[in-house]
Amino acid sequence: MTLRPRLVAVLLVLATVAAVWAGTRFGPVPFSGAQFREILMGGGDPLDRYFVLELRLPRVFLGLLVGAGLALAGAVFQALLRNPLAEPYILGISGGAAAGAVIILALGLAGAASWYLPGAAFAGALVAITLVFGVAASADRRLDVRVLLLSGVVVGAFFAAVIALVLALSDAPTVRSAVMWMMGSLSGASWRTVGIVAAYTVPAGVFLLALARPLNLMSIGEETASYLGTNVEGTKRIAYGVASLIAAAGVAFVGVIGFVGLIIPHAVRLLVGPDHRVLLPLSALAGGVFLVLADLGARTAFAPTEIPIGVITAFVGVPFFLLLLRRSLRA
Amino acid sequence: MRIEGESLTVTYPGAGDPALDTVSLRVEPGTLYAVLGPNGSGKSTLMRALLGTVPLRSGAVRLGDRPLGDWRRRELARSVGAVTQHEPTAFPIRVRELVAMGRYPHLGPLRPETPRDREIIREALVQCDVERMADRDVSTLSGGEHQRVRIARALAQEPKALVLDEPTASLDIRHEMEILQLLRKSADRGMTVLLITHHLDLAARFADRILVLGCGRVAAEGTPTEVFREEILEAVYGWPVEVRIDEITGAPRVIPRS
Repeated sequence: MTLRPRLVAVLLVLATVAAVWAGTRFGPVPFSGAQFREILMGGGDPLDRYFVLELRLPRVFLGLLVGAGLALAGAVFQALLRNPLAEPYILGISGGAAAGAVIILALGLAGAASWYLPGAAFAGALVAITLVFGVAASADRRLDVRVLLLSGVVVGAFFAAVIALVLALSDAPTVRSAVMWMMGSLSGASWRTVGIVAAYTVPAGVFLLALARPLNLMSIGEETASYLGTNVEGTKRIAYGVASLIAAAGVAFVGVIGFVGLIIPHAVRLLVGPDHRVLLPLSALAGGVFLVLADLGARTAFAPTEIPIGVITAFVGVPFFLLLLRRSLRA
Repeated sequence: MRIEGESLTVTYPGAGDPALDTVSLRVEPGTLYAVLGPNGSGKSTLMRALLGTVPLRSGAVRLGDRPLGDWRRRELARSVGAVTQHEPTAFPIRVRELVAMGRYPHLGPLRPETPRDREIIREALVQCDVERMADRDVSTLSGGEHQRVRIARALAQEPKALVLDEPTASLDIRHEMEILQLLRKSADRGMTVLLITHHLDLAARFADRILVLGCGRVAAEGTPTEVFREEILEAVYGWPVEVRIDEITGAPRVIPRS
């Protein structure tokens, strides 16, 4: 490892700390520095304490987890598909999750129990993943990545039709809440959701980190990967499955947040190169920081109105990515 | 390590005729074994069949003293290095990183490179004359340079056997000669080398034995002088040829007639 990945790693750790601080410190309800310190020390007004410790802090941690998960899943999919355009939702995950969520919203069950909406979204994502794998596996005993990609697109299109049908039969407020859900928000965060998402993302993330070398090999082609000692079919199945689960757990609680899983791995790859042993952990860190800051923007830009976080990730992500791309092409 | 295939038959899905039809071969340790044949005669399929990346319809492969099925992929990669014809480069990667992947089978998923690994990588880079481009991005290399880098990666595996699919196809004469001499020397030191090539004259000059494939079947097998007969080569390649003994090398040479 050269100096550069280490430098980037140190900067990203510092950025994570700064993002956690900023995401907790700032929001639509302003606090003075003294008030904020008092709250952290265990004092302050009970309502203020609630704002900071029960609303903002879990929200920040959910952002870290989901951002890290999406970026990891994106990096894994890009390596497996050898396709720079791959992203965490590529296997129809977002379509399935959105269909599940929209059905619950249309049935008016979203408020009934707090776990109905994320539960339905997660179930929808799982159905989509199972369908995509099933279609691809029935076409060819070996999992052909091109077939997998195609069946992801087809299953996604099917769920888009389901969503369109449900929305066409729904009233205006339902349509609005469905659209808002599909553009993503961290507003549902609580310590309980943080716990659930962490239970999925952390072990799955550690597992994917251990697959870094096989992923390096997969990104130079499956035949060569075999000759360099990779069990290609096993690696594909397990890496797809685990990365899909991470994405599904995230999307269930925060909706469909685009761009994180696509641009973060690219941005990090431009900075530190393609070795997944470096790329995966740093993408996870960068994804977390990016999502926490995007959420801060979503909460404060038009406060007290909160805008969908997907808007911020796209507005900030696209120009930032173009800048990085231009720099790397000039170098 | 001995490489043995017994009546290997491979049929690709959707294709009528088998790509490989009851092909048997036996490559002894310490020999340079060349596989020749026209385009589409099953040479690359033979490589995949021997290394277990294409399912066999029938037949059996033995590597060393064990059937192919008994080898785990990582264990196999510590004994056999393979260079395919093409390799996609989806993402930018440096030459040194690509060659370092040859150490993966020894390191497994987690162990970091030791100084010894780095020395092996450096030696492989030197042997293939790519050391001075170690920090360059692979996508900036010429076709021949990329091929040499991939041969270097196979050498970094420290294999007992090497299987190479047209490794000198886009090399200039100097680098082609260097690679063939390297393969010859490796065979002389006891390595098993299986070389798929279109370069008949160099195969005749460097190989101990030659297998000629035509339409997925064995058309001829033997020493270069046994195999390089006009009627054999004309039948396989579908073009009139003349075989002469080269005065300088003493090996048979094939001259296509016009």
